[in-house]
Amino acid sequence: MDRRIYGLETEYGLTYVPSDGRRLTPEDAARHLFRPVVAWGRSSNVFLTNGSRLYLDVGSHPEYATAECDNLQQLIAHDRAGEAILLDLVEQAEEQLADEGHHGKLFLFKNNVDTAGNSYGCHENYLITRRMEFKRLTDILIPFLVTRQLLCGAGHLVNIDDQTRFVFSQRADHVWEDVSSATTRSRPIINTRDEPHADAEYYRRLHVIVGDTSMSETTQLLKIGTTDLVLRLIESGEIYHDLRLENPIRSIRQVSHDFTGQTVVRLMSGDEPTALQIQWKLLELATEFVERHGAHHESVPHILALWERVLTAIETQNYGLIDTDIDWAIKHKLLTGYAAKNNLELSDARIAQLNLTYHDIDPTRGIFHLLQKRGLATGVVDPSAIRAAIDQPPATTRAKIRGDFVKAARATGRRYSADWVHMKYEEGAGGTVLCKDPFATEDSRVQELLAIMNQPV
Amino acid sequence: MTQESFSSRKQQQGTEAEQEFTQAQGSGTEAGVDDLLDEIDSVLESNAEEFVRGFVQKGGQ
Repeated sequence: MDRRIYGLETEYGLTYVPSDGRRLTPEDAARHLFRPVVAWGRSSNVFLTNGSRLYLDVGSHPEYATAECDNLQQLIAHDRAGEAILLDLVEQAEEQLADEGHHGKLFLFKNNVDTAGNSYGCHENYLITRRMEFKRLTDILIPFLVTRQLLCGAGHLVNIDDQTRFVFSQRADHVWEDVSSATTRSRPIINTRDEPHADAEYYRRLHVIVGDTSMSETTQLLKIGTTDLVLRLIESGEIYHDLRLENPIRSIRQVSHDFTGQTVVRLMSGDEPTALQIQWKLLELATEFVERHGAHHESVPHILALWERVLTAIETQNYGLIDTDIDWAIKHKLLTGYAAKNNLELSDARIAQLNLTYHDIDPTRGIFHLLQKRGLATGVVDPSAIRAAIDQPPATTRAKIRGDFVKAARATGRRYSADWVHMKYEEGAGGTVLCKDPFATEDSRVQELLAIMNQPV
Repeated sequence: MTQESFSSRKQQQGTEAEQEFTQAQGSGTEAGVDDLLDEIDSVLESNAEEFVRGFVQKGGQ
């Protein structure tokens, strides 16, 4: 697909650190965080004026799902707007808690694992055509996703054989299947829950739940951009290079734990390429594809160049090539630098703390944001685009219809509801409008519904 | 957020975002990293072990 709908769902980790010794459970902290949301939308599951969905998910995780986006910069801006919206809620919750006599700080982490080893995700959604054979898709995509952590892992510390080691991915140790419909019990790489939020005759949803959450916008661009390129390759039907893995789950852990990229990944064919060789092969295929068909958006050359630079950095063990661009490399430099400076082992609690606070979304103390302020981490989108995305929907997708509906419906003071495909007036005639086309930016039926809602009772 | 949203800070966000957005001038600014490593201790909560241990939630998806 030349023009694809993307969406990112990000679950945040939440902790409250009291300065007065009075702890709060995560459930209590989450309840305080969402109080203004419930007051605004009468629910802890709301669709906002920017077309996004904000809600409390399983395990008291705040979750922000971007609106439908149709280009990568827009998607990244909308994901970052989610951080701004949650930061705002943190500020209000801390004030409210202080009024109630609780003094302390709320932390939100954009990461994938807590200290006890519980995991939560960053789910990627790609709209794909129904006519593509799903088995063929996953055969090609799984080898890519198992090794994609080289490009866009968030970096993590893992205890292996009584030794704390730096690994590529937070999420790799928490997936248990390649393809299935499970989510929390036994997480797969690709989840088959097929909710296209579009005409199911023509479209289906590809739901990738194996990825690490990205702090770096550049890493995010590479993560989504390379996946889209591989999808285009598959969609074209042109190539079939058999890279099917013998055991994806064993491989994904081994690849994460080997910081050289030289881990051998056994294929069903009996071949034994390294993780790096698989990535080089996919890069070569994607590059040739783009040479044949041209770039389908302006960031393609940048994405291909960055893809190559990351693989070169790992192959030559010269992480300096990417240590302002890629989360794992930025974090690796930070953690090893801090450990060396303070003469600490990687197992030290202060290193674990740094590994965690790298993902703190607070711009004044979150370590990633401090790095970015100092020019030690690159960005992709302009701050004005993030600011605009806080209350304006993407102008080029159905999110425009939803966001404008939410804004206008609220102004009427009438009861309404909205979700990904439905806009509904709850108080009287007019009923529900079903908007099945995610590429549509206007719908006369929604205008008619709003006209009804604006009539005096 | 808009006027009628649940947001409490509209003006602030702009300036913060502005500060956040800096294009790095390539890697290797070692002095910058060293400065940051010095600054880090002042922004981290003092009891590292308790801070890390205190962050436990139920799993999500």
